Amino acid sequence: MSDDLGFDPSLKKKKKSKKVEDGSSESTPVPELDDMLSGLKKKKKSKKIDGDEETNSPVPDDLTASLGDLTLKKKKKKSLKNVDATDFEQQLEEAGVEDVSGSNNNATIDGESSNGDEEGIIPYDDLLSRFFDILKKNNPELAGDRSGPKFRIPPPVCQREGSKKTLFANVQEIAQVLQRNPEHLIQFLFAELGTSGSIDGEKRLVLKGKFQPKQMESVLRRYIIEYVTCKTCKSMNTELKRESGNRLHFLSCKVCGSTRSVSSIKTGFQAQVGRRKRV
Amino acid sequence: MSMNQQNDPFADTGDSDSQPTSYIHIRIQQRNGRKTLTTVQGVPQEYDLKKILKVLKKDFACNGNIVKDEELGEVIQLQGDQRVKVSEFLTTQLGLSKKNIKIHGF
Repeated sequence: MSDDLGFDPSLKKKKKSKKVEDGSSESTPVPELDDMLSGLKKKKKSKKIDGDEETNSPVPDDLTASLGDLTLKKKKKKSLKNVDATDFEQQLEEAGVEDVSGSNNNATIDGESSNGDEEGIIPYDDLLSRFFDILKKNNPELAGDRSGPKFRIPPPVCQREGSKKTLFANVQEIAQVLQRNPEHLIQFLFAELGTSGSIDGEKRLVLKGKFQPKQMESVLRRYIIEYVTCKTCKSMNTELKRESGNRLHFLSCKVCGSTRSVSSIKTGFQAQVGRRKRV
Repeated sequence: MSMNQQNDPFADTGDSDSQPTSYIHIRIQQRNGRKTLTTVQGVPQEYDLKKILKVLKKDFACNGNIVKDEELGEVIQLQGDQRVKVSEFLTTQLGLSKKNIKIHGF
């Protein structure tokens, strides 16, 4: 899908570059472009590039080279300025080259490229979208991409142990992903499901009663909403701390830094099931 | 004033201002086999639990009783999984807000 989308604009650009540069550098910009486009995955991005004018076409190789190995935001800002400069220079060169044949082509090329000939101004929108494309590609966290692979919670694995017990195999793993103490999670499970249980030799949880994975999932979801997600920024990168002074649990977000108090886990009323208490 | 409130980002969001200290907890417990038990804890004092129980038993076609707990007060016990029905009853018939009701269990 993305390949198809990526291929079309390159064809268009081929035509344009032919017109502008008299076929001298016709072969070089096209594969570069293809490289750029093949690296892009989302429909959106390729569309954006589609919208870019041909002023961009000879540059991207330099751009990606200069921006590719940078990781810090600060550096990026600096480098953007540099890129602007190089862009500008290149465009000037182009303009110089085109001057000979430019008079013929000006009529055929649309208005924007003539603007480029005058000042080398790239439209702000294009610059901005390109900056964000590159930022998204290299470190998506800074571009506000939340759905990182880091917080994929593995589905709960439930096996039956005998007829009355359920084996919850990957509690430890889930607790690790959620950055919570497994004890806390297990305590919550006991309270929510109204049962008791124990941990076996391989650190799996044995629950009394029959539970389907689907049911466990809904309970886990409730746990995540209650004890993991930050209410302010919806991030799951949080930490649960226990304040020793007042014995309250506090949830502090590692992304936005906000804290909120969480209620302690209460089992509540437990009805007497099975054998009665001996009085 | 109403315009002001709409635009004020620091206005109360609604979920924090009326944080009820006394939730009604509806829980489920597994019994032997496919049988379950529903407990309703924390129904406000002003309601007559006996009358509520009578209606619930009739409506849900199940048995139930009232258990007096030392810490948690009186708790309604019903046979079977009646969690959704109970919460519906509490909201529609008794006019309790859904915020005050917490449904536990799977």
